[in-house]
Amino acid sequence: MKQHSKMCKLFLSGMLLACWHAWVFAAAWVDPSTLQRLAGDSSNDRLQAIQALGQSDMPGAATLLAALGEGKVRLSGDGRVLVLLEGSAAIDATTGDKVSLSGNEQPFMLNNRLRRAIQLAQATVALFAPESSVRLNAAIRMQKEVDPAHIPVMERALQREKDDRVKSAMQIALAGMQLKSTDPEVRLAAVKTLGASGIGAYQPALNALLEKNQAGQPTEPDARVRHAALSAIHQIDRHQALLSWAGNIFFGISLGSVLLLAALGLAITFGLMGVINMAHGELLMIGAYATYMVQALFKSWFPAWMNWYVIAALPVAFIVTALVGMALERTVIRWLYGRPLETLLATWGISLILMQAVRSIFGAQNVEVANPSWMSGGWTVMGGLVLSYNRIAIIIFSMLVVLMVWLMLNYTRLGLFVRAITQNRRMADCVGVPTGKVDMLAFGLGAGIAGLGGVALSQLGNVGPDLGRSYIVDSFMVVVLGGVGQLAGTVVAALGLGAINKIIEPFWGAVIAKIAILFFIVLFVQKRPQGLFAPKGRSAE
Amino acid sequence: MNPHHLDRAPLYSARAWLAIVGVTALFALLPLLNLIFPAGHGLHISSYAVGLIGKFICYALAALALDLVWGYAGILSLGHGLFFALGGYAHGMYLMRAGKSSADMLPDFMTFLSWKSFPWFWSFTEHFWYAMLLVVLVPGILAFLFGYFAFRSRIKGVYFSIITQALTFAAMLLFFRNETGFGGNNGFTDFKNILGFDITAPETRAVMYWVSLGALLLALILSRAITQSRLGRVLTAIRDAESRVRFIGYEPLGFKLFIWTFSAVLCAIAGALYVPQVGIINPGEMSTENSIEMVIWVATGGRGTLIGPIIGAGSINGLKTWFTSVFPEFWLYALGLIFVLVTLFLPQGLVGLARRLFNTKEARP
Repeated sequence: MKQHSKMCKLFLSGMLLACWHAWVFAAAWVDPSTLQRLAGDSSNDRLQAIQALGQSDMPGAATLLAALGEGKVRLSGDGRVLVLLEGSAAIDATTGDKVSLSGNEQPFMLNNRLRRAIQLAQATVALFAPESSVRLNAAIRMQKEVDPAHIPVMERALQREKDDRVKSAMQIALAGMQLKSTDPEVRLAAVKTLGASGIGAYQPALNALLEKNQAGQPTEPDARVRHAALSAIHQIDRHQALLSWAGNIFFGISLGSVLLLAALGLAITFGLMGVINMAHGELLMIGAYATYMVQALFKSWFPAWMNWYVIAALPVAFIVTALVGMALERTVIRWLYGRPLETLLATWGISLILMQAVRSIFGAQNVEVANPSWMSGGWTVMGGLVLSYNRIAIIIFSMLVVLMVWLMLNYTRLGLFVRAITQNRRMADCVGVPTGKVDMLAFGLGAGIAGLGGVALSQLGNVGPDLGRSYIVDSFMVVVLGGVGQLAGTVVAALGLGAINKIIEPFWGAVIAKIAILFFIVLFVQKRPQGLFAPKGRSAE
Repeated sequence: MNPHHLDRAPLYSARAWLAIVGVTALFALLPLLNLIFPAGHGLHISSYAVGLIGKFICYALAALALDLVWGYAGILSLGHGLFFALGGYAHGMYLMRAGKSSADMLPDFMTFLSWKSFPWFWSFTEHFWYAMLLVVLVPGILAFLFGYFAFRSRIKGVYFSIITQALTFAAMLLFFRNETGFGGNNGFTDFKNILGFDITAPETRAVMYWVSLGALLLALILSRAITQSRLGRVLTAIRDAESRVRFIGYEPLGFKLFIWTFSAVLCAIAGALYVPQVGIINPGEMSTENSIEMVIWVATGGRGTLIGPIIGAGSINGLKTWFTSVFPEFWLYALGLIFVLVTLFLPQGLVGLARRLFNTKEARP
């Protein structure tokens, strides 16, 4: 053991030595005149020094800027700039040498102006970073700047750039800066580039070109540029409209997949037994709380695996809710066959009990369920639309669940029995299908799917005792619209309702969207009382 | 059974009439005890108790309305909270305007929205008779239209229940909005006068109590008359075998529509009587929970008995009052258990249980 720690120390000191060598051999780490201004008292000097660092390609510039941003810079009494390392070690920014702190150093004070300048300077330095993703982010960051002062650095970066995506982002950023150029040709090209980019943030700048000054003259003297600006604005408008439509459809599908997870289990039990399970929402809630429990378990026992707790929560939630569902079927629903309205009341009572039980155990407050790191963040498409990873994951997950249910219903013995009972319970009973057992298993399956839905819901929003209530009406609507005993009907109805909801919402608001959908369903049921995919022939009532 | 027998069947037997009149008289006596005897006297009944029972009478009226559709026509509505609340809102607007010094003064929530005048649907609500007309007409027309479309396309059973639930849910969302003109979250409150009388005075409250009791008695007799008539028999037949009724040559649409609309209006009247007694109406009355609770009043008392829902509404709400003051956190457990146990073990409710215990002729199939 002792040997081991010695080895470690040796290794560490070797590493430090190697780093130190690297700094020693670099002749100058950061431009000394810049450092002088940085160490000075004047805020303006400091600002200029930071800007100079941003333009610099000296080896220490990026490190120094990062240290500035993190507040790890100290000023020594004799005017040297020190970058803090671990412990009491530091780097002298002039030479890049490693020195030790005396303890008399002053922290480098920042104000908001300097902080902004540091961020901007970091972005300009990052334009030359070796990783293309860093360069891309830096270029996107630079798109917010319209100050022509950055033109030289952008041009320099553009010359070196080889990656096409980064290049086009840089061109857009450059075009934004060139809008104030004196050369009309440059302005014209810039306006065209911006129009093609479709980025909404440039609209004010383009509109400004079309405005008239006090003398009634247009601010933009060249008529061609004005014309190009107008069409660029229209181009951006069209792109933005496209983006918002794509966004609505994405959120609609996302909502639809959530509805699908919530309604799928309901559709199975309703199709099979004609039973409306009002406690279905509470099964969703129990699934979400199971996720919370698994998360807590991982936090205290396997913190290294925290990222994968959601995966572990899936079987746990499925089993827990399936057991609750089967217990429900055995104790209550079994005795109410052929009395669907009474079942509705009894399951409502159960939902009250479950909700109150969760309140007693976990408290009435919402509990915290965090997204694992691979589910947070998002994927930017079409230059502005962010598709968050958790929604994408849930869409994929719901499709997987549908696939599994479909396989189960169509290729297993249990599925065969379930379909037989759905079509004709008495006949199935007569030919020897164990209806009681199948009912229990199918109810467990429906409840388990609700549990899986609960895991998904826990990744989208708050987890609290009322979680299920907000989904129950919507999932019933899906079942009514989709028809009974048809998986396809449920899928189409869920996705369709989700999409319609999100498409109406921006125009009429969420409440009217709900009411409109209700009217749509009532009207639809006029035409097709048995739902989208009605059973035909003898099994139809 | 010959048709003459049907025609001449009395509403209630003499003994039942006696019981109904006796119980009504007993309940009618309560506000008098409150008014005549001073606080502290052995026979004094507190104003709180009178107000509570007055509230229960309104609930009983709503339960009676629900029993007409569920017990006799087999239509389970999970949306009667909507009709109850609509009646309450129509009356609430009158009460709010009556409390102001001038009828044209806007309620606070409209002033906050910087509205200048009442929206069109609230015009004339300063007149009591018009507000009462709204109480009957708005829920009536809504129920008629909704019922027409629903029954015409033969939506029944759980489908119908779920759609009524969704309707109520959507309406609740609409009423929760501030800009729709229904007072948003807070609803209508701050009532001061009714027809010029102080709404908090014990005498006014006693009158409101008696009016509610009278309405309940009248509704009971009327409902009994309907269910004993040929129309009621057809409804029961529709409940038991709708397809068969259709094949015999009856069109169920009209029958169902009549009882559905009648029930909605009764429920709205219950809501209108309820609001001045509790002093507030807000969208919470339309919540899913409330509508389903009404159903359990009916189920507990015994559906299809008319008298049962009245007993059920009284007993469940009495229990609720007791629980929420003594063990507030256990009330939902108790209510949940009532739902489960009643549906499992008391399909005919308390009245059915009593009939079985005393082995009366209704208990025998």
